[in-house]
Amino acid sequence: MELLIFYPLALVSVILAFLVVFNKNAIGSAVCLIGMMLGLAGVFVLMQAHFLAILQVIVYAGAIMVLFMFVIMLLNLKDDDKGWKMRERNVWLTSGTGVLMIGVLYKFMDTTAEAEFNSPATVPDNFGTAELVGTSLFTDFVLPFEVASILLLAAMVGAVVLAKSKVD
Amino acid sequence: MWIDLAITMAKIIFILAITVGFFAPILTWVERKQSAIMQDRIGANRADILGFTALGLFHIMADGLKMFTKEDFIPQGANRTLHTLSPIIALIPAILTFAVVPFGGKYTLWGTEVNLVISDLNVGLLFVFAIASLATYGYVVAGWSSNNNWSLLGSMRTASQMISYEVTMGLTIIGVLMVYGSMQLTNIGAAQEDFWRWGFFLQPVGFFMFFAASIAENKRIPFDAPEAESELVAGYFTEYSGLKFGMFFMAEFIEMVTIGAIVTILFFGAWHIPFLTTATLLSMFDFLGDSGANLIVMLIHVGVFFGKVTLLIFVQMVIRWTLPRFRYDQIMKLGWKILLPLSLANVVVTGIVILALN
Repeated sequence: MELLIFYPLALVSVILAFLVVFNKNAIGSAVCLIGMMLGLAGVFVLMQAHFLAILQVIVYAGAIMVLFMFVIMLLNLKDDDKGWKMRERNVWLTSGTGVLMIGVLYKFMDTTAEAEFNSPATVPDNFGTAELVGTSLFTDFVLPFEVASILLLAAMVGAVVLAKSKVD
Repeated sequence: MWIDLAITMAKIIFILAITVGFFAPILTWVERKQSAIMQDRIGANRADILGFTALGLFHIMADGLKMFTKEDFIPQGANRTLHTLSPIIALIPAILTFAVVPFGGKYTLWGTEVNLVISDLNVGLLFVFAIASLATYGYVVAGWSSNNNWSLLGSMRTASQMISYEVTMGLTIIGVLMVYGSMQLTNIGAAQEDFWRWGFFLQPVGFFMFFAASIAENKRIPFDAPEAESELVAGYFTEYSGLKFGMFFMAEFIEMVTIGAIVTILFFGAWHIPFLTTATLLSMFDFLGDSGANLIVMLIHVGVFFGKVTLLIFVQMVIRWTLPRFRYDQIMKLGWKILLPLSLANVVVTGIVILALN
């Protein structure tokens, strides 16, 4: 039953992910990326992680992508960027990263291939709820959580400084 | 199994009928008549069938016919796919929010428990928020894909306005969440049985900020910079005609209902009647038997809920037709310099009060 929902979701996500790369215009890519993130949120729901799914929609699909779109529109990338080409060095870097990524994926597949599909792990009833995520964030993972927030604060201050120097 | 499915289907049909089928079309008429009254005019009363005008109600049908038969125009140089897709992207989130909106409590009817909400998510409040943030894309993409500078300006304003007011909205929601200790909309509704426990009394500042932010999200006057009829022709939907225009129009009216519903649940006691608990209501209809009493109380509660929603929609319309408008920079200033610090302070004060009371 769950596979009936999973396969369409996965298929749509993968197709949209390809469209992000192959789309001719930037806004089209952005729309596809939003669709893909919604698909991933659906996969999260299937894995009982409701809170994570909602956060995926709010933070990535909702907030970050709106900013992406805003920036794309500000730059107004249209058909006149056809002459745009990737630099030689970047092509090599991109391909190299791709090869490394495939290596990582292979490792994932290796691990999942060993798992038995017919005996799913038992999860507690409150798995994936906001309460549980909140509790583990503020007990077991409080140090990484705080470090991440300091990083964000630093980024914010940096952004303000950069913006200020341009305005004045 | 089958009875659960039947109940869910019934709830979905009921919600669709009442929002898309009843509220959205009736509101177009109400908006005309109400603005007419406020401006000392008579308002729409010309459309007639065999001489009957029915207070101008036939204008709804005339409008529908007009939109169906109009030419579907796509401007030259527009992105055809996205131009067609964006009204759909705008309309779907507007309707989708109702999946988690409870329009009544829990009732036992002939052995089956009926929970008057389509999907009782434990993160319902966040779901509403997530869907509200998704609604942006329809408008942003619409303006961009039209290949028109007015539209593009409109959609850029939409994007920045949505980003700004979403922050305030999120922070006011946190205040409500702290007070009721739950993100499940049915729990928040059920917690407001006592009149003095209504969100309006526990989060008064939160209510005003949430209401302002949600009107801003819906892009209605006084926050109508993305449409800005006096500056940008019609903003992001300048290049839309026929039924696609109709979909944007519908999305706006359905969102008004959504705002009314969410504000009712969070701040105005959801389906509860002031000073009248569900238990007292049930005992009043005791003579009908257990299920009969439950049924009557259920109908009363649904009626009360939609009555409150109607009242809040009316408030939104009154605000709109007093015709104040913020300039674009004033909207940004209000969002970032006044509402955001105020909502942060609201969270802090709420936390301190909760801590002090415990």
